[in-house]
Amino acid sequence: MAYQRVAIVGAGITKFVRRAQETGKELAAQASKMALDSCGMTMKDIESVSLGTAPDAFDGVHMKGEYLADGAGATRKPFMRSFVGGGSGVYAIIHGWYHVASGHFDTCLVVAEEKMSSTMPHPQAAFNTIYDQFTERPLGVNLLWIFALEMNRYMQVHKIPLETIAQVSVKNKLNGLDHPCHQEGITPGPHLTVKDVLESEVMVWPVYRLMVSPVSDGAAALVLASERVAKRMTDKPVWIEGVGWHLDTSYWTNRDLYYPRYVEYAARMAYRMAGITDPRKEIHVVEPYDPFAYKELHHLEGLLLADKGEAPRLLEKGVFNRDGELPSCPSGGLLGVGNPISAAGTMKVAEIFWQLRGEAGARQVARPVKRGLAQAWGDLMQVGTVVVLGR
Amino acid sequence: MKPENARGVPLKDEDLKTGKVLTTEWRVKADYAWDCGIAIGRYLDGLKEGKIMATRCRRCRRTVVPPRVFCEWCFKPMDEWVEVRDTGRVNTFSVSFYSWDMTPLEKPEVPAIVEIDGCSPGVGFMHLLGEVGDNLEEILRRVKVGMKVRAVWKPADQRTGAITDILYFKPEEE
Amino acid sequence: MGKIDRVGRIRTLHGDMGVWHKYTFGLAGERFFRALAEKGVLLASRCEACRKTYLPPKVYCPACFAELTVWAELPPRGYVETYTFLYEDLEENRLTEPVAVAFITFPGVDGGLVHRLGEVRPEEVCSGLEVEAVLAAERSGGLQDILYFRPSRE
Repeated sequence: MAYQRVAIVGAGITKFVRRAQETGKELAAQASKMALDSCGMTMKDIESVSLGTAPDAFDGVHMKGEYLADGAGATRKPFMRSFVGGGSGVYAIIHGWYHVASGHFDTCLVVAEEKMSSTMPHPQAAFNTIYDQFTERPLGVNLLWIFALEMNRYMQVHKIPLETIAQVSVKNKLNGLDHPCHQEGITPGPHLTVKDVLESEVMVWPVYRLMVSPVSDGAAALVLASERVAKRMTDKPVWIEGVGWHLDTSYWTNRDLYYPRYVEYAARMAYRMAGITDPRKEIHVVEPYDPFAYKELHHLEGLLLADKGEAPRLLEKGVFNRDGELPSCPSGGLLGVGNPISAAGTMKVAEIFWQLRGEAGARQVARPVKRGLAQAWGDLMQVGTVVVLGR
Repeated sequence: MKPENARGVPLKDEDLKTGKVLTTEWRVKADYAWDCGIAIGRYLDGLKEGKIMATRCRRCRRTVVPPRVFCEWCFKPMDEWVEVRDTGRVNTFSVSFYSWDMTPLEKPEVPAIVEIDGCSPGVGFMHLLGEVGDNLEEILRRVKVGMKVRAVWKPADQRTGAITDILYFKPEEE
Repeated sequence: MGKIDRVGRIRTLHGDMGVWHKYTFGLAGERFFRALAEKGVLLASRCEACRKTYLPPKVYCPACFAELTVWAELPPRGYVETYTFLYEDLEENRLTEPVAVAFITFPGVDGGLVHRLGEVRPEEVCSGLEVEAVLAAERSGGLQDILYFRPSRE
């Protein structure tokens, strides 16, 4: 394949909060500035901008990409926005990768931002329009239904106890306490247990309140550079070795929800590109998308990092802890840090970036890491976006 | 620059209520008139008549609901309409304590995906289950994945051509 | 449409989005609108590196991303850069009187404000017209604290 090697050379992020005073533009600017400062670059060095952000309805600004653009350093620059629901945070990096891999640009600033707090009465009201207006909305549907239906199917097919799924919440929320940007109040305390999770309110059974990631405002940014530029700037470039993305049908009631095959196809695409034939050995740290506790396990299986139905058992054995064989969501994930839709995915990529460089501070995993993977998901249980990074 | 220096000024609800921070509001006047399309039009007509209509693709041999005019796998027009049964099996279910706008419900609702008899395996649509209990324990005792269910329809003169012409699916003995 | 030949009656479903929005003004906006409400002044912020003064003010420079900490009060008079007249409202109802709307700039400042013009006859409106802001007596913190701009009086 005739494309350039692309590295991530800098990363930036804002705090994830329930409601930020900053406008979306200001959040994007804060993350972008931090990303640039982290690698000693300025706006002049950025040749293109790839922005990922989810529905305009959240921030409440039409043409949100264009609105955010000057907070993303894109004034008078080639700019593109991509959008694929929750998958946008990783999609934007894939999109940015194209900008540089094609040889068209030497640098690309990838930015993801979301300000969900503007939506009234609650972001749910915007989320609900994802359902078909004729065949679904008249039933009085709320967004949690689809997750509860998928979670129950997954549990029933593989006989997974609720306690095991609750363990994901505990792992990620406690991991998240070590992330400087974690949302205040996202975790009741440092002594959270499975019992606490199962005593939290039942929202839509089997989904309990502490199994759901919160509504958040936040932004994250990454600086991508071609090999030529990356090597001059840093002795620790993190290479984008594989990218993959895949979309399934929106007829979500016509497919079996127990397994996210669209994540598998996206992962295979990324593994093939990265030359990975045994992901369980060759991926050393992973950040699967975890908007709900069960989803981390669901996605780990889709990523072929565990056999179907095996992820819960590996979780119980401690394999996915920070000191386990395959640390998963060492950042704390969406459950532990927050969920500003697209920025959450980019936060995960930033985490792998920091982990591979040994810069993750208290979150640094115990084992040596040379290759990591970040994955996002979105829409009606539809899209998988995957990026494989390596040192 | 590290995440330790991350910016972002968190606000509390009181800050907005007390005017510590200025806010402004905008109500989007976004009203829609959605045309249902050919397939859903026929589907809704069928529901008004007390029937569930599916479409079938002969190439991939799938019979699907909700019906569509083209097969999204083969990317060709569907070949025929098929009336399917109003019975099926529960593929998955959940128990909701909140309404669409996140206000608490007095009695829980039971959303489910029902695999419809007459369609291809695993194919169905989302609806509600009824007559399965009023509280979580009762519902979890009564409802099992794989159990047979039958549609309970509104009386013919109350049907309007909507998915709610089916009130809910209730358990049926094997 | 091939073999499917019976088309159902055309049905249309009416509905809406069901959301509304409450926006914070942001770090820059908070400062700008508080100054307008409490002191009756318009502020801009300055990037020394780019030598640009921005209206509406920003906390970061869109050109070089520097954090902007220098704020200044605008001169009291601005100029109509361009203008238009509205004859209908948002619902396409005819207005009894046409409303003049202008883009108002200030010397030495990048950007400007869009607002209504008042106390002016239509034939008086022209590019280059010098104008001043007329503020509401009771101000709450928002663009409505400026009622309109009128031709400046000495």
